Amino acid sequence: MAARKPSAKAASLPNVSAEELTTYYRDMLLIRRFEEKAGQLYGMGLIGGFCHLYIGQEAVVVGLEAAASEGDKRITSYRDHGHMLACGMDPNGVMAELTGREGGYSKGKGGSMHMFSKEKHFYGGHGIVGAQVPLGAGLAFADKYKGTDRVTFTYFGDGAANQGQVYETFNMAALWALPVIFVIENNQYAMGTAQKRSTSTPDLHTRGEAFGIPGEAVDGMDVLAVKAAGDKAVKHCRSGKGPYILEIKTYRYRGHSMSDPAKYRTREEVQKMREERDAIEHVREMLLQGGHATEDDLKAIDKEIKAIVNASADFARESPEPSLDELWTDIYAEEAV
Amino acid sequence: MATEVLMPALSPTMEEGTLAKWLIKEGDTVSAGDIMAEIETDKATMEFEAVDEGIVGKILIPEGTEGVRVNTPIAVLVEDGETVSDAAPAAPAQALAPADKAQSSEDQPAAGMSHPEPVKAITRAEAPWPAGTKTKQTTVREALRDAMAEEMRRDEDVFLMGEEVGEYQGAYKISQGLLDEFGARRVMDTPITEHGFTGIAVGAAFGGLRPIVEFMTFNFAMQAIDQIINSAAKTLYMSGGQMGAPMVFRGPNGAAARVGAQHSQDYAAWYAHIPGLKVVMPYSASDAKGLLKTAIRDPNPVIFLENEILYGKTFEVPEIEDYTVPFGKARVWREGSDVTIVSFGIGMTYALDAAEKLAKDGIEAEVIDLRTLRPIDYDTVIASVQKTNRCITVEEGFPVGAIGNHLSAVIMERAFDYLDAPVLNLTGKDVPMPYAANLEKHALLTTAEVIEAAKKVCYR
Ligand SMILES: Cc1ncc(C[n+]2csc(CCOP(=O)(O)OP(=O)(O)O)c2C)c(N)n1
Ligand SMILES: [Mg+2]
Repeated sequence: MAARKPSAKAASLPNVSAEELTTYYRDMLLIRRFEEKAGQLYGMGLIGGFCHLYIGQEAVVVGLEAAASEGDKRITSYRDHGHMLACGMDPNGVMAELTGREGGYSKGKGGSMHMFSKEKHFYGGHGIVGAQVPLGAGLAFADKYKGTDRVTFTYFGDGAANQGQVYETFNMAALWALPVIFVIENNQYAMGTAQKRSTSTPDLHTRGEAFGIPGEAVDGMDVLAVKAAGDKAVKHCRSGKGPYILEIKTYRYRGHSMSDPAKYRTREEVQKMREERDAIEHVREMLLQGGHATEDDLKAIDKEIKAIVNASADFARESPEPSLDELWTDIYAEEAV
Repeated sequence: MATEVLMPALSPTMEEGTLAKWLIKEGDTVSAGDIMAEIETDKATMEFEAVDEGIVGKILIPEGTEGVRVNTPIAVLVEDGETVSDAAPAAPAQALAPADKAQSSEDQPAAGMSHPEPVKAITRAEAPWPAGTKTKQTTVREALRDAMAEEMRRDEDVFLMGEEVGEYQGAYKISQGLLDEFGARRVMDTPITEHGFTGIAVGAAFGGLRPIVEFMTFNFAMQAIDQIINSAAKTLYMSGGQMGAPMVFRGPNGAAARVGAQHSQDYAAWYAHIPGLKVVMPYSASDAKGLLKTAIRDPNPVIFLENEILYGKTFEVPEIEDYTVPFGKARVWREGSDVTIVSFGIGMTYALDAAEKLAKDGIEAEVIDLRTLRPIDYDTVIASVQKTNRCITVEEGFPVGAIGNHLSAVIMERAFDYLDAPVLNLTGKDVPMPYAANLEKHALLTTAEVIEAAKKVCYR
């Protein structure tokens, strides 16, 4: 990556061990390389339809997953590949779903936008902008009803933040003190609409004020800042104080989906973010300058990630298409699933 | 001059009520606005105010009387110095109900609505419960409540949420007593926020609970249609069978009476269109109970379409412990060899009423209640058509894309050679529901139309 000014924070590591930082580096890199590969497979015609890449936003899910505990739930939109990898879902199963194969998480029946893993408490993958917001509050409702202390991370975009059901949900989540963290991934664009063209007031973290929901803005290009904010939000929710809003300022480098001509922003704007604010590069510097890792160590990680991603692409290509019988299965459940 | 005070109609569908309490006594002077009585409708207990002034000459109906028909004189007001006997009761000044609600004759249906009374099946084809089973006279309303209460006792994960379901005891009094028994954790009042609370309920179902969502009426479920279709119905498929939404969406559906276009629509065909949903539309109280219990246990999202006019109707419900009715099994209410009438929900009132009248003209109709629209019991319909060679379908919804259209297609495919006449689809008219009493009556189905269609396919 191009020259980036060393940041003052890089040398010393606040509240984080070198090991943790290395894990963040690895997890973010996995998402980036996975998404680059998905873009490649899309170009080859192996992935169809809509495919929304997460490149640029990796620190958001990696930071928040670091704040989560076993049994916590997560739910998001169609821009979901990063969330799945970050919560430990198998890259093979994710990539094979992208190619619409039997080995995919939904047996090829969901696609890029609709994947789930009960085992990893990942509740999708939702294609209707904003619909996951009440669903996430409902997951939190179920946990509260059952008396567990789990929390649900409910992710949505700056565009989704204008949907009415978000505010219906804020009201009930606050009224019923649901353990839900609303994570607004503000990447500044909803498709081609810059946030200032769609949003009367830019500060999305204040949108809970009318409902008494605390919120804060977070630098989403700094994984440690995200982790710290996540810890705070989790603590709030887990202690029974109700919902919390994190507006995480981030940026997507690629188009909205694969077919986005990106006429709504300049190449320079994207380039500047990549060069000056890239979250992975930031961690890389911290590791190197603090003497926590050598170039060789990081190369080894790169290699390891590349191998995982290539294997997932191979798996996704080789896994057979679902059998035609699958057309008619999973429409109705015979018994509780 | 004496004035009769009449039993008021206090809701769009009220036909009778209980005179719970008199707050005045004979000899009292009342003026307009004074509260005279408490009247219990099928929905709530309401205070009844005087609209005229006078002296209470006589109380005609003692307090505690149940089943007082709307427009029955309940008291007489006299002027100062007058007595009841010398005052010949004049025009009912206190009639709150429109004049046309007063009479009820064969072709002029009961107060406040254009729907015929449910009729008893004349020739019941197959007893839906074992012969000799004790039954209890139960309203559809009570049956629905009983079903929910039984299932909530059985499964801790079942809970009810919706507007006014708790403290208010249900906008239509369906959830009466549930808050007392199960508490606010399991009987949750929501804000007026259909899209939001439906989404929350679907999420709770993903998370392992079994929500019952009550829509105050299905008209308001339009606000939540995205969560019902896109989230609840499709997730099992999209997740390759990993997770789904085991839940019930229930509430009154279809025309009530005189509430206009936005509150009078039958959504049966809309929901029946969607793979991933199950759709139930009961007619009788026993089916309301048995099918709702089945719906709550079903591991899929179930749309349960009730009807406000049927809520207050009484039917026999078997006193069988844990009475359930399976989905996908039609009920033959009446056997006949001349024509098959297929209906469901409130449509059954017209179908059965027509069948009874057709019998007087020597036409024996077989009347089938589909009970569930997804799955549909095609076999029972086809077998009947193969016997009668004629079929008409009866439903309240709009004509384009009606359930009857679909059945016609299936009958054409599977029993074409058996048909002696085209299948006719009777539906509501292709217009938004008008308010005016006469127009509403014309917009709705009538028994006369069913009779006419049956005669037409019999070439009579
Ligand atoms: C209800 C609905 N309206 C419109 C769309 C089409 N659409 C898909 S993504 C999108 C933009 C959403 O932007 P944002 O919420 O900021 O999320 P991001 O794509 O930036 O992650 C739109 C308009 C949709 N899927 N659902
Ligand atoms: Mg956005």
